[in-house]
Formats: sequence, structure tokens, C-alpha cells
Amino acid sequence: MNTKLETIEFNLYYGDFHALKDISVKIPEKRVTALIGPSGSGKSTFLRTFNRMNDLISGVRTHGDVLIDNVDLFKIDPVALRQNIGMVFQKPNPFPKSIFENVAYGPRVTGLRDHKKLEEIVESSLRSAALWDEVKDDLAKSGLALSGGQQQRLCIARALAVQPTVILMDEPAASLDPIATQKIEDLIHTLSENYTIVIVTHNMQQAGRVSDYTAFFYTDDTRTGRLVEFDETKIIFTNPADKRTEDYITGRFG
Amino acid sequence: MINNKSISTLHNDPESLKNLKIRSTTQNVWFSIMWLAGLVTLIILLLVIGYVIIQGGKALSWEFLTTPPRGGLSGEGGISTTLGTTVYLVALTLLIATPLGVGAAIYLIEYAGELGLTSPVMRVLISIANFAVETLAGIPSIIYGLFGYALFVSTLQFGWSLLSAALAGACLVLPTIIRTTEEALLTVPDDYRRGSLALGATKWQTLYKVVLPAAIPGIITGIILSVGRIISETAVFFVTLGGSHRLPSSIMDGGRTLALHLYYLAMDTNAFDKAMGTGAVLVILIILINLSINLISGKLTARIRGGK
Repeated sequence: MNTKLETIEFNLYYGDFHALKDISVKIPEKRVTALIGPSGSGKSTFLRTFNRMNDLISGVRTHGDVLIDNVDLFKIDPVALRQNIGMVFQKPNPFPKSIFENVAYGPRVTGLRDHKKLEEIVESSLRSAALWDEVKDDLAKSGLALSGGQQQRLCIARALAVQPTVILMDEPAASLDPIATQKIEDLIHTLSENYTIVIVTHNMQQAGRVSDYTAFFYTDDTRTGRLVEFDETKIIFTNPADKRTEDYITGRFG
Repeated sequence: MINNKSISTLHNDPESLKNLKIRSTTQNVWFSIMWLAGLVTLIILLLVIGYVIIQGGKALSWEFLTTPPRGGLSGEGGISTTLGTTVYLVALTLLIATPLGVGAAIYLIEYAGELGLTSPVMRVLISIANFAVETLAGIPSIIYGLFGYALFVSTLQFGWSLLSAALAGACLVLPTIIRTTEEALLTVPDDYRRGSLALGATKWQTLYKVVLPAAIPGIITGIILSVGRIISETAVFFVTLGGSHRLPSSIMDGGRTLALHLYYLAMDTNAFDKAMGTGAVLVILIILINLSINLISGKLTARIRGGK
């Protein structure tokens, strides 16, 4: 199996605060990798490293390597990188535009003008995000008029429209009800056939259900996040190597 | 402490009932006071507007609106040219102030903050800029007039003209436009910005395609507020626009706006009815402008937030 994303001794600081220490991990291609761990253990920060959204936060410094397809990620222009690595946020954040314009946004900003092509991309992206049947007659409706779960699938369609190879998801179902969550989880499963997915979740059952691999992050009193263990999800959940992983998964803390 | 009281004991217990009564009386007293304050404000407002419109209404006629003032101690003629001058001045002032003000606000909110985080020099410059905007919003308008007179009328030799007045007027409304635009930009959720950037949009694309459209209702509100400000301003234009009652034929010509005309009528003539008539037109204009703010920003906001 190919490695899609890799970090080697990766460290991240917010000013003087050491947020992530010596993270080395290989994230396999076209699999779902879950990042789990207690609040403040740096999972989301680590996730944002891959599309360089941390660049937007002041005072962030890093050292160590991050590779995508064995290429140094920090040598890639962030705008180009983000076309290759899509992101879905915790809170659904469709733009205050029509459903069509939301999905067409990414292709448009990269310069696609041909309306026929845009229509094709919008349809195929909405289909891939399992939203097409619900909105196909209403593409001119505002994205904000959809329900929360539909909005989140719209955001996934929006990310797919740019044709990324990786999709980062930061607790994508945290603000959704169980039925909408179920749909997102099914979708993640389907998408993993074609995309490398990295998902941050606080929900252990969810990590168990959707992911092939799991990385367990932990932090102590220093608040510095470390990677405790990375393995296939079924091993992490049934036979973890580290006591802290076992305690966390069985709900003894965090 | 565990509360074993049922709701019926609570209802019959004299101690509880007394407590409830006192709290509800306190509430009623305060609500009455606030209600009274609201009523008094409303009455004062209606008195002023009603007085001006009723008094001025007598002088209002189609002829009054369409004939030019002829000058003289008795304030002969109507207000047609002053209406025209007002329109010219509003347009020219906004043409200057809107790009400057909106641009400055975008820079301060969307770009400067980021630079300020990395460079201490920038941080100082930004806080000076913000302080300047706040201060400019609060200084008396005659100061803008004096400044406009010294710089535009006299030093730059623009004379008493639409150009001088519009430049001075632009200085007057810049803080309004900058601050309303800043506020409008700040209310745009960061989620939109992050969502756009994460899709591979540049910062400029994010600003142009997502942030600005979402901020447009607020920005338009600022611009319309500025229109009201220019229409009602006298001090600045008294010293920069001159007092000619002819319609200016170029931006280098002087003139008088409605408000300025009203000022001249009230100070230099005994044409009280004409002054009141002009006042009524001004008040009606301002009311229409405020109504249009509500209408336009309401419509735009609804269009952005949902529906079609």
C-alpha cells in the first residue's frame, strides 16, 4: 500500500508553546485514517498541517518534514496544495450562495469558465456527496437554506469539485444529529475508494466504524501533543500496545 | 438543599407570594420608566418633524420645487437649483469617498491585521490609523470646513467649487464609510474565509467572491448614511462651496445645497415660510433615505441568508 502523507519528527509551536512534538506517521493512500485523542492533544492542529491552514494562524512555527507523495509539502504553493487537499470543517460552512455556486466555487477560482463543464462537475460532485437526488431540482436555492446534514454534504461536494486526492475532515459530524451523522459516515466509507481521508473525531464509535487506521494523540500536563500509537483501527481498538490508548478507548479518561 | 415543596405550597406560602409580588412590582416600575422614556423621545421626534412639515408644507408647491431661487432679502423664488446642486455634490463626494473608505476598511480588516502580527512597525501604523479614524469621526464638521478651505479652496486654488466641497465632504464622511465597512467585514464569519481558502482560492478571490458580497448590505448602509450626512451638512460647505444660487455648470463652479440654502434663508432673509419649506424638503429627504437603508439592507440580507 502506498503512503500518501507522511510526517517525520514533525514539531509545531504556537509562539513559545510546543503544541506538537516529534510526530512521525505514514498515512496510507485511499484509506480512512482517524485521529483520536482528548481535547488539546493537537489532532486538529496536526490535521491543518496537511493543507497548511496553520499558516493563517500567527506565530506558528514548525520543524520536521511533511511529505505528500514523497514531496516536501512546505515547498508547494499553499494555494496549489489546497486544490489537492480538500477540507471539511466541524461546522458546515456553505457560502451564502446558491447550491450550484457553492459547488462551482472551487473550479471557478481555478479559472474554469465553461458553463457546460461546470454543470457536469456540479452534478458529479453532488452525486458523489450523496446529495444530488435531494437538491437536483433546487440548485438555485441558497446553500444556507439546507438542513445541517445537507449543508455538510454540500461542503463535501464543494471539496470534491476541486478534484483533490486527499480530504481532511475536522469532526465533520460533531454538529449533526444521528441520522445525518450516519449519512456522512456512509459517505466517508464510499469516498475512501477514491480518496485518502484523514478525519479528526471525538467519537470513538465513529472512529471504529469509519476508519481503517487510527492515530491516538495524547497530552500530559505540559499540554504538548504527542502521537502515542498508530495502527490499524481494529488493532488499536482490540489490542492496543499502549496502556493510555486502552484507557482512552475504554473511556477511563478524556 | 433539597426542595420538597410542591407547586401548590409554593402558591399558598405567604412568604413566597410576598417575594414574588415585590419582584414583579420592581419589574413593573422599571418597565414603566423605560416606557415613559421611549414615549417622550418619540413625542419630541414627532413634534420636530411634524412642526417642520406642517409649517413648511404651506410653502411647498410644484412651483417651489421647480423654480430657482432669485435671492434678495425676501428670498424670492424656489429651490430647484439647490436640489440640483445637492445631487451633484452627493454624487461627487461619494465618488471620491466610497473607493477610498471601502478600500481603507478592507485593508485595515483583511490585510493589516496579519501584517501587524509579524511587524511591530506595521502594528504601530495600524493603531495610528484606527485611532485617526475614530478621532475623525468625532471632530466638529466646521474643522473639516476650515481644512477644506485652507487646502482645497485656497492653497490648491480650486476656489469655492463643487470640487473643493466634495473633497472636504469626502473627508467628513470617510470615517463613517470606513467604520461601517469595517463592521460589515467583521460580521462576515471566518468560516467563509477558511472555507474559501481551503478550496484553493487566493486571498483576493476569497475577499472578492465571498467576503465582500456577504458584507455588501453593511457597506451600502454606510454609503447611504453618508448621503444623509452630506445632505444635512452646512458648516463644511459654507466655507468651501460658496453661495451662488445658480446651478453649477462644472465641478469648478460653486453653488449652494438645500441645507446651505436653508441656512442663508434663515440668516439673511425674512422669508420664514421659504426656510420652513426648504426644511420640510430636507426632512422628507432624510426620512426617505433612512427608509431606503432599511429596505435595501433588509432585502440584500435576505437574499444572502437564504431563499432564492
